[in-house]
Amino acid sequence: MDFVLLAEQALNGIQLGILLFLLAAGLTLVLGIMDFVNLAHGSFYMLGAFLFATFFNWTGSFMMGFLLGLPATLLLGMLTEVICLRTLYQRDHLDQVLATFGLILFFNQLVQVIWPLDGVAVPMPAVLDGSVRLGFGIEYPIYRIVIIGCGLAIALGLYLLVVRTRLGMLIRAGASNRTMAGALGVDIKLLFSCVFGLGAALAGFAGMLITPIISATSGMGEQILILALVVIVIGGIGSIRGAFIAALIAGLIDTMGRSFLDVFLLVFLPPNAAEAAGPALSSMLIYILMAGILFFRPQGLFPQQRR
Amino acid sequence: MSLIKIAPVNMPGIAFRAVILGLCGLMPLIAPLVGEPYWVDIFIRVMIWAIAAISLDLILGYGGMVSFGHAMFFGIGGYTIGIMSYYDNFNGFIQWPLALVLSAVIATVVGAICMRARGLYFIMITLAFAQMIYFLGVSAEEFGSDDGLTIYGRSEFEVAGLSLDLADSLVFYYVVFFFLLLVLWFVHRLVNSRFGMVIRGIKSNEGRMAAIGFNPFRYKLVCFVIAGVIGGLAGVLMANAEKFISPDMMHWTKSGELIFMVVLGGMGTVFGPVAGAMIFLFLSEILSNITENWHLIFGPFLVLVVLFARHGIDGLFWRWFRGQGGPHA
Repeated sequence: MDFVLLAEQALNGIQLGILLFLLAAGLTLVLGIMDFVNLAHGSFYMLGAFLFATFFNWTGSFMMGFLLGLPATLLLGMLTEVICLRTLYQRDHLDQVLATFGLILFFNQLVQVIWPLDGVAVPMPAVLDGSVRLGFGIEYPIYRIVIIGCGLAIALGLYLLVVRTRLGMLIRAGASNRTMAGALGVDIKLLFSCVFGLGAALAGFAGMLITPIISATSGMGEQILILALVVIVIGGIGSIRGAFIAALIAGLIDTMGRSFLDVFLLVFLPPNAAEAAGPALSSMLIYILMAGILFFRPQGLFPQQRR
Repeated sequence: MSLIKIAPVNMPGIAFRAVILGLCGLMPLIAPLVGEPYWVDIFIRVMIWAIAAISLDLILGYGGMVSFGHAMFFGIGGYTIGIMSYYDNFNGFIQWPLALVLSAVIATVVGAICMRARGLYFIMITLAFAQMIYFLGVSAEEFGSDDGLTIYGRSEFEVAGLSLDLADSLVFYYVVFFFLLLVLWFVHRLVNSRFGMVIRGIKSNEGRMAAIGFNPFRYKLVCFVIAGVIGGLAGVLMANAEKFISPDMMHWTKSGELIFMVVLGGMGTVFGPVAGAMIFLFLSEILSNITENWHLIFGPFLVLVVLFARHGIDGLFWRWFRGQGGPHA
C-alpha cells in the first residue's frame, strides 16, 4: 500500500463524497423543511443525466448541456411536486415512502421508453480529458478534479444562500417552524415548491457531472439514493453542514474500504479469510457505520434543533 | 336503543376472505379446468408473499414499526436452504429449523439495535441492515454472487419410511397452503392475545404503556423477532418453490413491494396482506402481459392507492359494510 495509491483513492473518495453531497443536500432540505421523505430523489439524478446527454447531443456543447439540463430538471422537480407530492406533506412517512416508491418505478420505465437504448453516454470534452500532476508523484484525472471543484463551489453557494439571502432566511424559518412562518405571511406552498425544485436540480447536477464517467442508465438513481439516505441519516436530518461532512465521511470510507480493507484485514486474519471477508465487509462498511452511529447517536451527528 | 352491543358481523368482508382462501385452496383443481395451469405457480408465489406480508403487517400495522428491510428475511431463509443444499444437505428437518433459528437470531440482533431509533430513523436503519445482508449475498462468490445459486432439489422430509415428497408440485402446493393457514391462524391468535393488546397499546401510545408497567422495548423486540421468523419461513418456502436463490430476493425494492402489499390489503388487519399480495402480484402479472412497459401504469397506480385508498381493500369492505348500517366505530 503505497502513498500514491492511498492519495488517489482518497481523492476518489472525496469525489464520491461530493456527488453524495449534491444528492443529500436536496434530500435533507426537503426532509428538514417539509418533513417529506422523497425516495424519488434518485430519479432526478437519473433524469438530470439523461437530459444532459440529450441536450449535449442536440447542441454538441458541453456547456449548453448544463445550461439547458439544469432548468429542465428544476422544472421537472417542481412539476412533480405540484402534481402529486404536495398532498403528501400532511401524511406520515410511510405514505410518502410508498408514493415516491411508485414514482421510482414510473420514472425508471419512462426513461426506458424515451431512451430505448441501454444507456446514453457523453464523451469527455477534450479540454477536461487527461490527467494533471499534483506533486509527490500523484497524477489525477482533470475531470474528477473539476467534479470536486464544482461540488465545493456548490456547497459554498448553498451555504451563502441559506445563511445570507432572503430565500435562505425563509428556508430556515420554514425549517424551524412551518406554521409560524406561514402565519407571518410566508407563502409556504411556493417556498416548498422552490426548495423541492432546487433539490431536484442539485440531484440532476450530480447526475450530469457523472455522465461522462459512467453513461446514463435507467435505475442509476437507486444505488446512490440509498447512499445519500445513509448520508443524511448519519449527518442528522435537515442539516446541510451535517450532510456535507457525512457525505465526505461516507465517500471516503466506502472508497477506501473497497481498496484497502483486504490489506487491512490481513493484519488480523489469515490470507484466505481476509480475501473472502474483504469484499463482503467493504460493501457493508458504510451501512455498518450508519447503524453504529445511530446506535450511539440516534439523531445523527448534527441533530437539527426543532421547536 | 339497546344497551347490549352485539359484535357486528361484516358479511361482505367474510365472503371476500372466503373467496380468496377458497381460490388458494382449490387452485390446483381450478387451473387445469380453465386451461391455465400456470396459475398454480402464480398462486404459490401469492401465498408465499402473503405469508411474508402478514409477518410484516404484524410489526408494521400492529406494532407501528415501519420496517423497510423485511425482505432480508426472505434472504436469510432462502440462503440457509440454498447453502445447505449446496453442501448436499437436503434434510428438511435440519434445513428448516436452522433457517428459522437463524432468522430469529438475526432478527433479535437487528431488532435490538433498530429499536433505539424512531420514526424515519427506524425506516432507514432497517433499510441499512437489509442492505448489509444484501451485499453479503452479493459478495458471496462461493454461492454465486449476483448470479445466484440453483438448488438441485427441494427439502426432504423422511421419518421411519414415511416421507413428504415436496418434489411433487401438488404436495408442495398444499404444504405452502397449510403454512399460509397456520400463519393466518397464529397471527390472528397473537394479535388478539394479551401480547397483541400490549403491542397495539404501544403503537398508539408508548409512553402510556410504559407508565402502566409494560416494557415497550421487550414487547416490540419479541414482536419483531416473531415477524422475522415468519419472514424467514417465507424465504424457506420461496427457495423451495423457485429452486433458486439470489441476492435479488432481498433487494430493497422487495421490501418496498412487501410494504405495498400490506398497505394495499389494509394495515393492521390479519387478512388484508393476503388480499394485498394477491392483488399486487395479479396486477403485475396482468399488466406485464399487456405491455412491456407496465411500470408506467403500475407506478402511478401505487401513487393513487396511497393518495386515495389509504385503508386498503379491507378498509373498502368496512366502509361498504358501514354504509349498509354497520357500526360507526
